[in-house]
Amino acid sequence: MTDPTREAATQDPATPNGAEPVDSVEQAARTPELDQPYRELGLADDEYERIREILGRRPTEAELAMYSVMWSEHCSYKSSKTHLKYFGETTTEEMRAKMLAGIGENAGVVDIGDGWAVTFKVESHNHPSYVEPYQGAATGVGGIVRDIMAMGARPVAVADPLRFGPADAADTRRVLPGVVEGVGGYGNCLGLPNIGGEVVFDESYARNPLVNAMCVGVLKSDELQLAHATGAGNKVILFGARTGLDGIGGVSVLASETFSGDETGSGRKKLPSVQVGDPFTEKVLIECCLELYGSDLVVGVQDLGGAGLSCATSELAAAGDGGMRIDLDTVPLRAEGMNPAEILSSESQERMCAIVRPEDVDSFMAVCRKWDVTATVIGEVTDEEHLRIDWRGECVVDVPPRTVADEGPVYQRPVRRPAEQDLIAADDANTLSRPATAEELRETVLRMAASPNLCSREWVTGQYDHYVRGNTVLAQPSDGGVLRVDEETGRGIAVATDCNARYTRLDPYEGARLALAEAYRNVAVTGSKPVAVTNCLNFGSAEDPGVMWQFQQSVRGLADAAAELGIPVTGGNVSFYNQTGGDPILPTPVAGVLGVIDDVTARIPTGIGAAPGESLLLLGDTREEFGGSEWSRVVHGHLGGTPPRVDLARERLLADVLGIGSRDGLLSAAHDLSEGGLAQALVEMSLIGETGARIVLPEEADPFVWLFAESAGRVAVSVPRGAELKFTELCSARGLPCSKIGVVDDESKALEIQGVGDIPLSELREAWEGTLPRLFG
Amino acid sequence: MSAAGARIGVITFPGSLDDGDARRAVRRAGASDVALWHGDADLHGVDAVIVPGGFSYGDYLRCGAIAKFAPVMTEVVRAAGQGMPVLGVCNGFQVLCEAGLLPGVLTRNSGLHYVCRDQWLRVDNNTSTWTTRYEPGAELLIPIKHGEGRYVAEDPVLDRLEGDGRVLFRYVDGNPNGSRRDIAGITDERGRVAGLMPHPEHAVDPLTGPTDDGLGMFLSALDTLVAA
Repeated sequence: MTDPTREAATQDPATPNGAEPVDSVEQAARTPELDQPYRELGLADDEYERIREILGRRPTEAELAMYSVMWSEHCSYKSSKTHLKYFGETTTEEMRAKMLAGIGENAGVVDIGDGWAVTFKVESHNHPSYVEPYQGAATGVGGIVRDIMAMGARPVAVADPLRFGPADAADTRRVLPGVVEGVGGYGNCLGLPNIGGEVVFDESYARNPLVNAMCVGVLKSDELQLAHATGAGNKVILFGARTGLDGIGGVSVLASETFSGDETGSGRKKLPSVQVGDPFTEKVLIECCLELYGSDLVVGVQDLGGAGLSCATSELAAAGDGGMRIDLDTVPLRAEGMNPAEILSSESQERMCAIVRPEDVDSFMAVCRKWDVTATVIGEVTDEEHLRIDWRGECVVDVPPRTVADEGPVYQRPVRRPAEQDLIAADDANTLSRPATAEELRETVLRMAASPNLCSREWVTGQYDHYVRGNTVLAQPSDGGVLRVDEETGRGIAVATDCNARYTRLDPYEGARLALAEAYRNVAVTGSKPVAVTNCLNFGSAEDPGVMWQFQQSVRGLADAAAELGIPVTGGNVSFYNQTGGDPILPTPVAGVLGVIDDVTARIPTGIGAAPGESLLLLGDTREEFGGSEWSRVVHGHLGGTPPRVDLARERLLADVLGIGSRDGLLSAAHDLSEGGLAQALVEMSLIGETGARIVLPEEADPFVWLFAESAGRVAVSVPRGAELKFTELCSARGLPCSKIGVVDDESKALEIQGVGDIPLSELREAWEGTLPRLFG
Repeated sequence: MSAAGARIGVITFPGSLDDGDARRAVRRAGASDVALWHGDADLHGVDAVIVPGGFSYGDYLRCGAIAKFAPVMTEVVRAAGQGMPVLGVCNGFQVLCEAGLLPGVLTRNSGLHYVCRDQWLRVDNNTSTWTTRYEPGAELLIPIKHGEGRYVAEDPVLDRLEGDGRVLFRYVDGNPNGSRRDIAGITDERGRVAGLMPHPEHAVDPLTGPTDDGLGMFLSALDTLVAA
């Protein structure tokens, strides 16, 4: 069996000299004046001084490596912490009622009833995916899956929100196919259905693609595992892949600074080395972990991700009730001559670290042997206060673990609203020239359907397995993915992720609320009840006050919206420095929403034509809202004005009505209205259902506004014959605007829109499905 | 034998992915499912065996190439020789070809991408153990999901397969992977061992698959076992 990572490791030309003297704690105390390369490792002068203060001496090389990765932006959240507190401050006890674990754990966990719990999280792997699209995306999936495993859950699905530069740009043709293949190559091999995600194109992501990865896991609510090292004498076991030279310094170098930094600094440590993934090893690791949990052989567990062993040992010890001793000589390596700093910061994939009672070690090892997983006792929990790491008989790390894991620097970065925001807001999109004639409207429907952000994602999602595990009830192109959790009761969950970053650019507070509202609505249209929120906050440089303003506003928008919707934010991820040169990406706070559906057989599909004699109804209010709209981009290349108004009470009402409609079997299809407005929703409902429809817009309506405005809080539904009166009464009793806009026509092979004309489904399909294959082969 | 008395084993290799789905399909057809472990040189008295989809042993070297050396496969080859019904789906088809139970090989899709989609198939043979429930010429909608599913064999082999009526299914409405002569699934000389790239176990319930067209394969085998 070949191991691609081993080859990569042994080919590394810079083999360290194993004969070098060890930089031990003793040595550090003897040589306080030694010049240390802390700046090259990404530490600021005052951060280095603080480390010296904490230790009362200079750090050893290994300690310096640990602090530098753990205090990096990616691991310590030093620029975002002060803002992220707001999530906790706005979460009420009532919202917290169903949360079994929240922010600060590896992933949030929510009780979904019947003894089941669900954990879900999104993480970014943006920079590595630009450098090496396949491996960057693949290891992004691998990392988030291990986060979910660390909660004691079985991973059951993935979904990937992706953002790229212009669809026709040469570099997008390099990055996108590699990323998609990496997501598929890893996820497919793990046997995890990919049930959602996004693909968005925008100029601002041209040299900063966003590769976010979501994973969802399921566990029994009493089987939660936590990452803590408790019980002096318990053993620390490292299991999974061997530790090599891949990804050393990846976290601090790639996530803390832009690419302008030199790559020669301290030799290979500065090389932007992207980790290499082996999904087979991870698949086996999943099964091995689940058997270990099921046999109750684990006291605490942590995955090894960014910052590798530095992170796992310090976080486990910091969350525990004592100290820890590690003997680095026992760590199984796959490269020659690695020094302690390298072993501690290696980001070799597919590794986990467990705390195990001494009497369980033999059983633990037996399970690992069954799955052919390498497992090694590397240390034990102590009743001391320090994390102490030895190498070749000398102590190379002796630190209070919380100073590494929890007590990193916190920055109050300058925050300033850029003056240009007013100019952008004043550049009203509602004044742009519009199609006027029926012919122009018809042409606009087709042009929009074929545009890169609205066209079919089949070229991408067709490379992902969405069937494996046999519980996928809805997947892309549905608004939300739906999975069966319990085969007996039919209980299931839904997930969706969303962010229209053009809205966030126009107004980061309202844009973030809109992102959450859309993800919430996308869960609701499946018939599921939204119950929790996660996020992945992708922004430019934290040192740009304008970016920090976008960040601060977005966090507040998300938190306030979650509070208004009454569902908690259970976790999240921050990725700064998504900018090349002076231009940051559009602020992209991706919101992920988890929903629960009591019986998955009641799920609402997207395509029309499933039931006889369906009527089409539009729920919600349509306003003249074109700021940030897809139409303004596609037709005018314009971004200005204000984003659509958000009414979260309306979103809740909409979700309630959809939930009842699903439960009572009143709805045969439902589709959220977002980018591209009603026209795009109708195109998709017809094409997915392979059925035509006749649309009659209200008499007083301006057809252009009705078809292309992006007002929030709207859903198009189809209602089977016999259910229409009951459903419209349900809407009017609750005060939800509901207007009939047409009928589904089983005979017709066209979308017929009064005042626009007939568009054969074949013509629509060619427009909608042709774009990505034409661009990407 | 009653239907529930029929015991159908499903092998789990490290890296098997659709083993749970195959077992669910067996139960849905009314038989009893039995988990078989790759390291066991024992079929635990099962009446038929399914080699499921996935990436056995990571599919390193070549798809299915390592799995054929698993202790359980020695037993499968022996039992197949004695006429036990064996079904290989996707990676399982690759394993059966590597193990010499079926002719030909599965190579990289001609489009070079992994493909997951609902695929139309036409039933060419309804006399094998696994296809008696279908009408000849019937069209089925069943998911495919693979990166290496292009069926390749030399012309004389293909001629013989066709001449003997051993092609079970062909792709219609588009060949997704460049398989020679649109072949999606085949059987051995006795019609007991079958292999196909599409996933019948993912088409046993319209809730989670495009149709329940795949259920017929499991019911077909069950008919044979019950009649025996």
